[in-house]
Amino acid sequence: MLRYTLRRLLAIIPVLLIVSIIVFMIVHLTPGNPAYLILGEDSSPEAIEQLEQQLGLDKPKVAQYFDWLGSIFTGDLGQSIYSEEPVTQIISERIGPTFSLMVISMLLTLLVAIPTAIFIVWKRNTMLDPLFLSGSLLGTSIPEFWLALLLVLVFGVTIPIFPVAGYISISESLMDWLHHLILPGIVLAAVEIGLIARMLRDSMLESVNQDYTKTARGKGVKESTVLMKHVFSNALIPTTTVIGVTIAGLLGGTVIIETIFTIPGVGQLLIDSIHRRDYPVIQGVVLVIAFVYVLINLIVDLLYAFLDPRIRYD
Amino acid sequence: MLRRKRNLIPFIFLILLLLATLTATWWLPVSPSFMDSSLRLMAPSAEYWFGTDHFGRDIFGQTIIAARVSLLVGFTVALLSTILGTITGLIAGYYKKLDSIIMRIIDGMLAFPSLLLALALVAALGGSVTNIIIALTFSFWPVMTRVVRSSVLQVKNIQYVEAAKTSGIKDPVILSRYILPNVLSPIIVQGTFIFAKSILAEAALSFLGVGVEPSIPTWGNMLQEAQIYITMAPWFSIFPGIFIVITVLALNILGDGLRDAFDPYAKGKKKAKKRMFKHKKQYAS
Repeated sequence: MLRYTLRRLLAIIPVLLIVSIIVFMIVHLTPGNPAYLILGEDSSPEAIEQLEQQLGLDKPKVAQYFDWLGSIFTGDLGQSIYSEEPVTQIISERIGPTFSLMVISMLLTLLVAIPTAIFIVWKRNTMLDPLFLSGSLLGTSIPEFWLALLLVLVFGVTIPIFPVAGYISISESLMDWLHHLILPGIVLAAVEIGLIARMLRDSMLESVNQDYTKTARGKGVKESTVLMKHVFSNALIPTTTVIGVTIAGLLGGTVIIETIFTIPGVGQLLIDSIHRRDYPVIQGVVLVIAFVYVLINLIVDLLYAFLDPRIRYD
Repeated sequence: MLRRKRNLIPFIFLILLLLATLTATWWLPVSPSFMDSSLRLMAPSAEYWFGTDHFGRDIFGQTIIAARVSLLVGFTVALLSTILGTITGLIAGYYKKLDSIIMRIIDGMLAFPSLLLALALVAALGGSVTNIIIALTFSFWPVMTRVVRSSVLQVKNIQYVEAAKTSGIKDPVILSRYILPNVLSPIIVQGTFIFAKSILAEAALSFLGVGVEPSIPTWGNMLQEAQIYITMAPWFSIFPGIFIVITVLALNILGDGLRDAFDPYAKGKKKAKKRMFKHKKQYAS
């Protein structure tokens, strides 16, 4: 296990390097001088020069990259052009809402997807299975922002029982926090549920006719017990991978959902910064999200190898 | 493949949508760009099936016209990602030395949730049809590379490839004549899914106001404009959204159907499937 862990840890170094190069290039892909873009065409040459120095744009590209990479290692992601605050501070203020939203939608996804998958496998020879497959296909075809609009319409206007905008911190009031996150959480979860339940169903169906389940049935064990004890517990191992996939989907989805429900999280910060051309913040947010994503995948892989020893000796 | 009814229906729908949007100016009773402020935000009626928007334009006509750019972006991204992904996938799968270099880069690009990478690129390049296509191609082709590479790895050690190699046939010929035809089915399936995903992604980016120029009608741009009228004129948001859902669903059904049609094991040959599983298990352990 230790050897596998070390190998996986070493393998993420080149990945993080590529990530950093892509994030670095965000500013340098912009057509024309980034300093002009940020300050506007009619700014004074002195201001341009000052900003160029501040961003280090007067040095060669490779030197700029290593300077930037060096400062990242010290935890310095630069300074916002818009608010002139350190990027690390701005992002850390915004992580709470995004994290809350992800936890809520993750819980909703698993709470619905796992029982659904078990139920479908239990009723696998009925019309429910093809119905479920069509449903999950439909689920992945609905744009989440459109679903959000429909829910805003239904719950904001017709049955106003949930707030359709804003965010209350959990430290202020637990109930209000939950109340505000229900709708965005449902939207985010709805898109993932079909996908996750489908993957779970597939992996459970693979073990439904294995020799050990047949033996269990032959011994006279009830079908429901066979499913729960033998099929589901074995399907749980590939499910750890599913959790990784869910988090990836949620990370992308939060950007859109936070904007619609005006939740002051990292996603909304990203969109606002794109509109303001606040490149240091854009770079910071993209870097942090990608880093979190790589980390989650690493943890999932290690967990998978821990649960299923075959992986370690590949 | 298209003989199956399940594949035929979405296929016909997509062809009809394409024809409808290309010929829209000839058959639409009201020009979709015709504005009449006295007709602002009218509910659906016999004359205006989908109602009218904030400029008094016919939403049905707008939705049909918007399909042009939405389909164009989706198709171009699918095509470009397929070409790029196939070339890199073939090279990575065939040449061991290049494999690790290419796959490290691909892993790095897959370290971003795909919408995030597209957003980052759009932030850098600015929003326009061309830039959206570039950004989305960049986010989606790494997946294609992975798919092609893993299929190449499966066929490259089969005897006829070995035979071709030993008889001195050049690598480009082996890749294009012997390997490519055998990995074509996963490519087509994946390409269909990328088509569907790009339509969703373009809509999302345009909806967020960082996608296609607001002056060009796309489904995402329509929904972006409709958003503030959601309580006053819900039909403005509902109908373009339904078109996105149906189009993406059609592509997803097609992709799913093609996958089943290409998979020889899915046609009831359960014994063959069992054998494959046993083989897989041995391979895994």
